[in-house]
Amino acid sequence: MLKKISKIPFKGTPEQEAQLKAVIEECKDDKSLLMHVMQQAQAIYGYLPIEVQKMIADGMDIPLEKVYGVSTFYAQFALSPKGEYNISVCLGTACYVKGAQSLIDKVTEILGIESGECTEDGKFSLEACRCIGACGLAPVLSINDEVYGKLTADQISGVLAKYQA
Amino acid sequence: MYRSHVLVCGGTGCTSSNSTAIIEALEKEIEAKGLKDEVKVIKTGCFGLCALGPVMVVYPEGSFYSEVKVENIPEIVEEHLLKGRIVKHLLYEETTQTPDIKSINETNFYKKQKRVALRNCGVIDPENIEEYIAMDGYQALAKALTEMTPEDVINVVKDSGLRGRGGGGFPTGLKWSFTAKNSANQKYVVCNADEGDPGAFMDRSVLEGDPHCIVEAMTICGYATGATEGYIYVRAEYPIAVHRLEIAIKQAREYGLLGKDIFGSGFDFDLHIRLGAGAFVCGEETALMTSIEGNRGEPRPRPPYPAVKGLFAKPTTENNVETFANIPQIILRGAEYFNSMGTERSKGTKVFALGGKINNTGLVEIPMGTTLREIIEDIGGGIPNGKKFKAAQTGGPSGGCIPASLMDTEIDYDNLTAIGCMMGSGGLIVMDEDNCMVDIAKFFLDFTVDESCGKCTPCRIGTKRMMEILEKITNGKGTLEDLDELESLASYIKDNSLCGLGQTAPNPVLATLRFFRDEYVAHVVDKKCPAGVCKALLNFVIDEDKCKGCTLCARNCPVGAISGTVRNPHTIDSSKCIKCGVCVSNCKFKAISKK
Repeated sequence: MLKKISKIPFKGTPEQEAQLKAVIEECKDDKSLLMHVMQQAQAIYGYLPIEVQKMIADGMDIPLEKVYGVSTFYAQFALSPKGEYNISVCLGTACYVKGAQSLIDKVTEILGIESGECTEDGKFSLEACRCIGACGLAPVLSINDEVYGKLTADQISGVLAKYQA
Repeated sequence: MYRSHVLVCGGTGCTSSNSTAIIEALEKEIEAKGLKDEVKVIKTGCFGLCALGPVMVVYPEGSFYSEVKVENIPEIVEEHLLKGRIVKHLLYEETTQTPDIKSINETNFYKKQKRVALRNCGVIDPENIEEYIAMDGYQALAKALTEMTPEDVINVVKDSGLRGRGGGGFPTGLKWSFTAKNSANQKYVVCNADEGDPGAFMDRSVLEGDPHCIVEAMTICGYATGATEGYIYVRAEYPIAVHRLEIAIKQAREYGLLGKDIFGSGFDFDLHIRLGAGAFVCGEETALMTSIEGNRGEPRPRPPYPAVKGLFAKPTTENNVETFANIPQIILRGAEYFNSMGTERSKGTKVFALGGKINNTGLVEIPMGTTLREIIEDIGGGIPNGKKFKAAQTGGPSGGCIPASLMDTEIDYDNLTAIGCMMGSGGLIVMDEDNCMVDIAKFFLDFTVDESCGKCTPCRIGTKRMMEILEKITNGKGTLEDLDELESLASYIKDNSLCGLGQTAPNPVLATLRFFRDEYVAHVVDKKCPAGVCKALLNFVIDEDKCKGCTLCARNCPVGAISGTVRNPHTIDSSKCIKCGVCVSNCKFKAISKK
C-alpha cells in the first residue's frame, strides 16, 4: 500500500518524548512488542514521523529499516498527521453496496481533499477505512469517535457543518 | 432479586447509534422513580438485529423495543417499568401484529436461529464473570481438567465434527491432535480475531458479548495440546472487544481460572492480547503469527505447518473466534449434542453477518444446511423497497456469489465449494438488481490489490493486471478477449500464490464471470451497464413526454451538452456529455434518466 509521507516539520514536545521513553523502557526486553510500542507512540504523537520511528528503533535496539518496514506495512500507522477532525468513511462491502463511495465523493467535493489528505488549516482529514463493523447502519462514516449511520450524500454538508463552526 | 431486567445492547452497532446515552437515561429515570432495587439495567453484547438499533429487551415479558431514543425512556420507565403497561407503539413492529404481543424469541428473525456460538450474546453482561459462570461458564474447563485426559478432549472435539469457522473448514479436532503429537519445551494457542473480511462481524460480536467463552475455550485447547500460553490477535478497529477481553482475562486470573494450577489440576495457562494494525493478510495463519512476533505480517510458506513450527518457531494451534466459541458447549454437552445439528459433513451451526440490501441487517446463527432462501426471506425479512434479489456474496474478497437460481442451495462447506463459492468467515452480503456484478468484482479486487502484502509475484502483480482489465471493461473499452484473459490470469494466480489471500483473490471475478457472464458481455459488446452503476457506460436521456422545456438543465450543464428551446423538449448530445448527473438532480419533472 502506498503511503503519503508528511512534509510538515516534526513538532514533538519534551513531555511526549518522556511518555514514549517510558513505554519503550517497559517493553524493550521483548522485541515482539514493537507493534505495541508503535501503537502507543501513535497515540502519543498522533502519527509516526521518522523522528519518532528513530527514537523507537534506538530505544528498542531494532534497526530503523525494520521499524520503517512495519510502519509502512500496516494501514493504521500514519506517516502524516491527521486533521483535528478525522473523517473516516467505511468502504466495507455492506457500506459499499449501499453507496458509501458517494459519501466520499461528497466530502471531497465540499472540503477539496482526497482520501489520505488533510485540509490546509489542519482541521479535517479524510480517509477510507475498512469495515468498522457497524454494518447495520450502512453506509457509515465516523468523525473522530462519533459514528454517523444510514447516511445519504445530501446529509454530508449538514454533518460537516457541526464541525466547521 | 429484581422483578424486572432491562437488557440494552452494548455492541458496536448499537453503541454507534448511541445506546450508551440510553443506558444513562434509563438509570437516571429508574433512580428518580425509586425503582433502583426492583429493576436492573444490564449492558449486554450484540443481540444480532443491528438494523433496528439501539435495541432493548425487558424481561420477564421479553418485550422487544427497537430504535429506542433517549426521549422515549421516561415513557418506558413510567408506563412499563412502573405501571406494568407495555409501551406498544415503541415495540418492534412485528411483535405487535398479533393480538398477543410476541416476545423477542418468537419473531421471524430469531425463531429459526439456533444459538450455540452466540448463546450468551445479548443475554449476559459480558463484563461480569459471575454472569458467565451462572450460564454454566467455566464448567467445561472444570470437566476437561478434572475428568478428562487431553486425548479425551481431542477425541470429543474430533467426534463433534467441528470444522474451522474462519473459512477453510479444516477439522478442528484433527488440527489439535497434530500439535498435541509434537513435543516441545513450549507450545502456544493462538486465537485469530483479525476479522478482516469487510462486512463480517461475527467474531467481534462474540468477543464483545461473551469474551469469557473464548478465554475458557483457549484454556481447554491449551490443556488438550500441551500449551501453556495463548495469544489473542485482535483487529485494532475493535476497541470495545479489546476492552472487554482485557476485563475478562483480568477477572479469570482473579478467580484462578487462568494462571498457575487451574482447578488444582497442576495445569498452568495464561493469555496475552495483541492488536493488529489494519492488514487483511494477517488473517492468514502464518502471517498472523509473523505479526505477533512484531514483524511485517507476511505469510510464510507451509510446510512446516504451525503444528510443527508456528509462533516463535514453536508448535502452535490456531483457531478462529467462532470455532473456539463452540468448544465449551461441545465439551460440556458432548459430541452428540453438536453433531446432531447440521449436514452430513458440516456439523453444528454457522454464524452469518447479514448485510447489504436486506431488511434485517444483523447477525444470525443457523444450523448448517439451512437454505439461502430461508436466510434471506424468512430470517432476513427480504429485500427492501420491493427490489429483486440478484445475488448473495459469501466469503468476502476470497469468496464468490450465489445467484437467485441457486437460492435453494443448502448452506454448508461442501455445497458452497461445489458452486465455486466458499463459506468464508460468514459475511453474507445481499445484492439487488441495482448492483452491477462487474463493479462488485472490481470492488473486491481493488481490496486485494491494496491488501496484497507483496511478498509473492502472482498475487502482487497478477491481481493488479486483473484490476486493470476490469477497469478497462467498466470504462467501456473492454473486448471479449479480455474476459478470456481474466480467466487465464485467475487460474495462474490461484495456482501459484504463496498464501490463502492470493490463492483465493480471483474468486470474486471467477464467480461473477460464471453466473453473470451476460453482464460482462453487456459491458464489453453493447457498452452498457445493465444495473446503471458504471458511469462511463451510462447515457443520460430526456423523456420527451415529461420534459416541459423549462431550460433549467441546459443552463446548468457544465459542458453545454443540452440543447432545446423554451417549452419544447430538450435533448442531450451524448458525445459532449460528461455524465456528471447535474441535470438529473436539477430536473423538477424527473424527466432525465440514466440508461
